[in-house]
Amino acid sequence: MRPSRFSNFIFNRNVQGTFYQAITLSLVILGVYYIVQNTAENMMSRGLASGFHFLGVESQFDIGMTLIEYSPTSTYFDAFIVGLLNTLLVAGIGIFFATIVGFAFGIMRLSSNWLIAKIAETYIEVIRNIPLLLQIFFWYFAVLRALPKPKQSIEFMDSIFLNNRGLFLPDANFNEGTSVIFYLFWITIIISIFIFIWSKRRQNRTGITFPAFYVSLALVVGVFFAALTATGFPVSFDIPELKGFNFKGGMRLIPELVALTFALSMYTAAFIAEVVRAGIMAVSKGQTEAARSVGLKEGLVLRLIIIPQALRVIVPPLTNQYLNLTKNSSLAAAIAYPDLVLVFAGTALMQTGQAIEIIGMVMGVYLFLSLFTSIIMNLFNRIMRVGER
Amino acid sequence: MSDINKDIAPPVIEIGVLGWLRKNLFSTWYNTVLTLIGLYFIYLIIPPLLSWILFDATFSGTTREDCTSDGACWVFIKQNIKLIIYGLYPSDELWRINIAYFLLAVSIIYLLIPNLKFKGLVGIFLLVIFPIICVFLFSGGLGLENVETRLWGGLFLTLVIAGVGIVLSLPIGIMLALGRRSKLPVVSLLSTIFIEIWRGVPLITVLFMASNMFPLFMPEGVNFDKLIRALIGVMFFSAAYLAEVVRGGLQAMPKGQYEASQAAGLTYWKMMALIILPQSLKIVIPAIIGSFIALFKDTTLVLIIGLFDFLGIIQFVGTNPDWLGFSHEGYVFAAAIFWIFCFGMSRYSQRLEKKLDTGN
Repeated sequence: MRPSRFSNFIFNRNVQGTFYQAITLSLVILGVYYIVQNTAENMMSRGLASGFHFLGVESQFDIGMTLIEYSPTSTYFDAFIVGLLNTLLVAGIGIFFATIVGFAFGIMRLSSNWLIAKIAETYIEVIRNIPLLLQIFFWYFAVLRALPKPKQSIEFMDSIFLNNRGLFLPDANFNEGTSVIFYLFWITIIISIFIFIWSKRRQNRTGITFPAFYVSLALVVGVFFAALTATGFPVSFDIPELKGFNFKGGMRLIPELVALTFALSMYTAAFIAEVVRAGIMAVSKGQTEAARSVGLKEGLVLRLIIIPQALRVIVPPLTNQYLNLTKNSSLAAAIAYPDLVLVFAGTALMQTGQAIEIIGMVMGVYLFLSLFTSIIMNLFNRIMRVGER
Repeated sequence: MSDINKDIAPPVIEIGVLGWLRKNLFSTWYNTVLTLIGLYFIYLIIPPLLSWILFDATFSGTTREDCTSDGACWVFIKQNIKLIIYGLYPSDELWRINIAYFLLAVSIIYLLIPNLKFKGLVGIFLLVIFPIICVFLFSGGLGLENVETRLWGGLFLTLVIAGVGIVLSLPIGIMLALGRRSKLPVVSLLSTIFIEIWRGVPLITVLFMASNMFPLFMPEGVNFDKLIRALIGVMFFSAAYLAEVVRGGLQAMPKGQYEASQAAGLTYWKMMALIILPQSLKIVIPAIIGSFIALFKDTTLVLIIGLFDFLGIIQFVGTNPDWLGFSHEGYVFAAAIFWIFCFGMSRYSQRLEKKLDTGN
């Protein structure tokens, strides 16, 4: 029996494909329509207005830590910015320390010294397998809250104080003349970059090396100190002092911030250590041996052969960890550090009831950060791609 | 002359304990320095920790007055152990949870013992039948008394959330991965958007969404339980991560496998179910277990929307006026339990990885 035209039609792959897609699409549209319909009805019956008008309204709540000026008379939009900046602050400090600690442990884990390698391994295995929230609680409730009162603060060098009110650091005051030093500093940095480019070009052309690193280091440091003495040290430090029951002056980091950044960097460091280890191990042993056999010194083997190749493996998962750290900083809500989630998706949501707009904005911020990072990563991969043979 | 042919024992310093020490700890002057620093750190941390946890700790007693030593007061955990394991579940019904714990433990032990038959069947029981039994056991029905979910808590709730997340997110994750790899542009675009949105946001915002926005999505009068809302959020969140893991496995399949199965005349679903998925899932089992570990740790976040999971109940018993000031014990205990679960899973995945490595 010859297949009819009809069966030809329904078993045609393109027709089937279009059919399935049409079904999927209509199901999704129906689902979205159902949700939108329900939401509209629910909001009507609860008397909620939709839209972003609430952003311009006075927020009437205060925030414990703000990087920009903010008061209860500021708008909800200001509260959003304050929360966002607090999130970025935690993420920035956390990434800085997590990178240092993570690289240290990653290298320690590969150490030929058995004891050091074991210590690093123990750290990684213990920290990785305990929930981050539990670690944050531990540092906040069990450690920082249990610290002594300001009078019995733990001191470092008479200028850094740690107590149950937070961490008190000296604050730098910039007086007249600092701007000159600042500009000079950046100018020398730019000159150094040109020295690097020039020395590299000349080395490629003629083979003559130039100690670019030491020359530019001397230039930057020398000019910096020369300018500092010439202007008569315009930077002064405001050291925190115990006055009555609390510290005055200096810079105060609230305990929530200290606990959160500490826990975040310790936790992420364990993951970064594994990333670093994997990256270094991914460089095959033949590379080291070949580099040695052409007569490179140990330092140069590391700098010119191992590190560039390891970095190519390390950087993508590393940025992924940075992104995780940023997303994990939202756990701030659990210890009442005023980050984006607590300020906006917490307090502001409670007050306005604009659940959809507010959660949409908060998710949008994190989504933007993710997409932004992945775009940068794709660019990085394109630039760093090895010329494959 | 026979002296020359005689074997001379290697120097004492090259072999045995001494040789090992020299090679691994004291090979150069800076290695020696590093070893000494390491030993000092261990000396600083381990003895005080051990004496706090064990030697100076109090194990017997019933009230805080019994804890007079400097060490940990494990009486605190002992007195609250029922809350910590079962939450506020009614005392008369605890046997229901115990049956589930028992079944779970037996099946897992069975799966862990090497070289037993019917492991596949036990696995299917654990992933399909056991959850259905649990639904009736825990919430009631079929002649059992109803127990409201707001009474669920402790380790029990943590295991429920993790279990539901694991069992439901795997099939959804596989479907999403297939969707993303699909040649149909609409399907692949929708799957990609879905996956990237869930992966791009922190779990907390998902849980906030689940507790604040889901009620708005449902028609008037339909009211989901708070736990179910959280479960839906956790499920989708974890499914998106699993989808990417599974996609990695699909991409690792050589093209020949696809072409061969198409040449054999298999339809898309047969090809996926019989040829591609079994092989690619096998490759990514360690990564899937990795996602499960992450999910297990992430279940602690539900305490932020007011559910009393394991960590939540530890926080809660710590605020009991009779037991104020014992947060250290609570956190250390919770950390130890979580660590045992997560480390156990990661070791199991490493073992599987070695076993499944067929060398190609």
